[in-house]
Amino acid sequence: MENTGALSIRNAGKIYDPEGIHVVAVDDVSLEIEAGEFFVLVGPSGCGKTTLLNVIAGFDQLTSGAINMDGTPLASPGKRLRPGPDRTVVFQQGALFPWKSVLWNITCGPVKQGRISVEAAKKQAREFLARVGLHGIEDQYPEALSGGQKRRVEIIRALMNDPTILLLDEPFRALDALTKSVVQEHLLELYDFSPKTVFFITHDLEEAIFLGDRVAIMTTRPGSIKKVVRVDIPRPRDHRILTSSRFLKLKAELGEAIHDEAQKAFEAGERELA
Amino acid sequence: MDSPMFTIVSDAFASAVAYRLDRGGESPGRWNIRGVREMEAGRSTAMQSGGRSRVQYGVRLKRLVKSPRLYQAVFGIGLFFILWYLFVDFFGIWRFAKLPKLVESVKEWLSTDPVFGVSLFTAEYYKHIWASLVRVFSAFAIATVLGITIGILMGWRRIFFALTFPILETLRPIPILAWIPLAIILLPGRELPIIGLTFLAAFFVTILNTLLGVRAIDKVYFRAAESLGMSQWQQLWHVIVPGALPYIFVGLQIAMGACWFSLVAAEILSGSAGLGYKVWETYYYVQYPTMVITMATLGFFGYVSSAIVRITGNRLMRWRSEMLAGV
Repeated sequence: MENTGALSIRNAGKIYDPEGIHVVAVDDVSLEIEAGEFFVLVGPSGCGKTTLLNVIAGFDQLTSGAINMDGTPLASPGKRLRPGPDRTVVFQQGALFPWKSVLWNITCGPVKQGRISVEAAKKQAREFLARVGLHGIEDQYPEALSGGQKRRVEIIRALMNDPTILLLDEPFRALDALTKSVVQEHLLELYDFSPKTVFFITHDLEEAIFLGDRVAIMTTRPGSIKKVVRVDIPRPRDHRILTSSRFLKLKAELGEAIHDEAQKAFEAGERELA
Repeated sequence: MDSPMFTIVSDAFASAVAYRLDRGGESPGRWNIRGVREMEAGRSTAMQSGGRSRVQYGVRLKRLVKSPRLYQAVFGIGLFFILWYLFVDFFGIWRFAKLPKLVESVKEWLSTDPVFGVSLFTAEYYKHIWASLVRVFSAFAIATVLGITIGILMGWRRIFFALTFPILETLRPIPILAWIPLAIILLPGRELPIIGLTFLAAFFVTILNTLLGVRAIDKVYFRAAESLGMSQWQQLWHVIVPGALPYIFVGLQIAMGACWFSLVAAEILSGSAGLGYKVWETYYYVQYPTMVITMATLGFFGYVSSAIVRITGNRLMRWRSEMLAGV
């Protein structure tokens, strides 16, 4: 399983409605994500981050460029590899099946693919749950869980699926600041426990630096990559690093860039409204 | 008193009233969440997939007896009978004088030797009830199986939708009364046309609601299922069917009402037994107390059958914090 999940994005572009309004969502993005790397993409709302993630996941198509994973083409204009368990997504709005128990949700990926037995999956699920401090919720329905619990369960569901790459689309967006910091630490713990390539999207810079091996800043629409920075803070990390000088230096460096983009996005929004 | 019928009826009643109790003042206009309090105190015992225990039913029953709602419901029903008594028995004003008196009707219903031959203690009463129940439940069962199957296929596969929707949408608005001659021509005997007409009313409602139910499932669940490696069939069984259930059961409740409605219409026109037939017959022979007894019986079984659908729905959808509407 080592050294898989290397993602190569070359000159990727996505234009919505090319004949009509011609909205450029993603513009000439090139990134090389290493196998096993925790890669974070930061950008203002509506910059095309989610579009890029959807293309990788197989939900959407590119209009130019190409994306490969471990040499296998994932997307190029007019072609896409259908969504599959090799690229499991954790969705922004949450997608636990409300009509199934927590345990069913967590185990359904490997069990339905017929990779492991129900019993083995349940055992593994309990190990994961215990690791992030969730006990006794196996038989509950998702609706009975808190926001933070749901996010952890959904991340565990994705990890149980053992994807080549884990795609997280602003998973902590709806959480309050305190819950968020706890769940972030849990994500890191799970990542250290079960390392794989992670592609994480957020608009929160602190989150990006805290979690990532590398952080890329995406410009406002049309989305392209403005800056890529390596976060040389050793793992395992916890929230004490948030006040370390290295963290603050990175935050200042990237903060400048992201602020400019947020300003542009804001002004663009104003123009659209005017 | 441990007969299955008693259990169903008492269960229906307890659930109906408990439902009312749970509709607290959380947010007006929204069906209130059952068990918000349980969820706060120790994360929801009611939502364990293991199911509600006897104990919880005990708690519900206690709440029911303690609450004023039960007495309000009894008072509401009582008020209806008081008005009946006043307008018909006591004053006999205007055309109300023509109606059967409350006291007379109740006496007839409870009599061991009824004047017009139908009471709680006569076999004929149960013959009509049985005839109607068999028709409604067989028609409803067929409509449920066919309606849900077709509705799900329509929501699942575009081609099936394209083939079936226009014709179904053309047939749907034709009133049940207009189908009566065709049903009599097509279906042999007396029984099948009645069941056929009763079926038809429920059939279209069930299809439409099932289709809407499939359409209403958030696309993110399909994406999640694909991304977790579920096959098309697995998605059908684990995403589409459970996801559409809330709409399906709203449809089934409406369908049950439609069944009774068209049953009575069909029985009046072509029956030889059944509650609808009896209403018409007693009107014809001026046996008005029996007529209102039969009508009240229809109302009672309509209520109970709808409650059964609702209870079944709520049991299959324990994952929902919201309960099916209706009392």
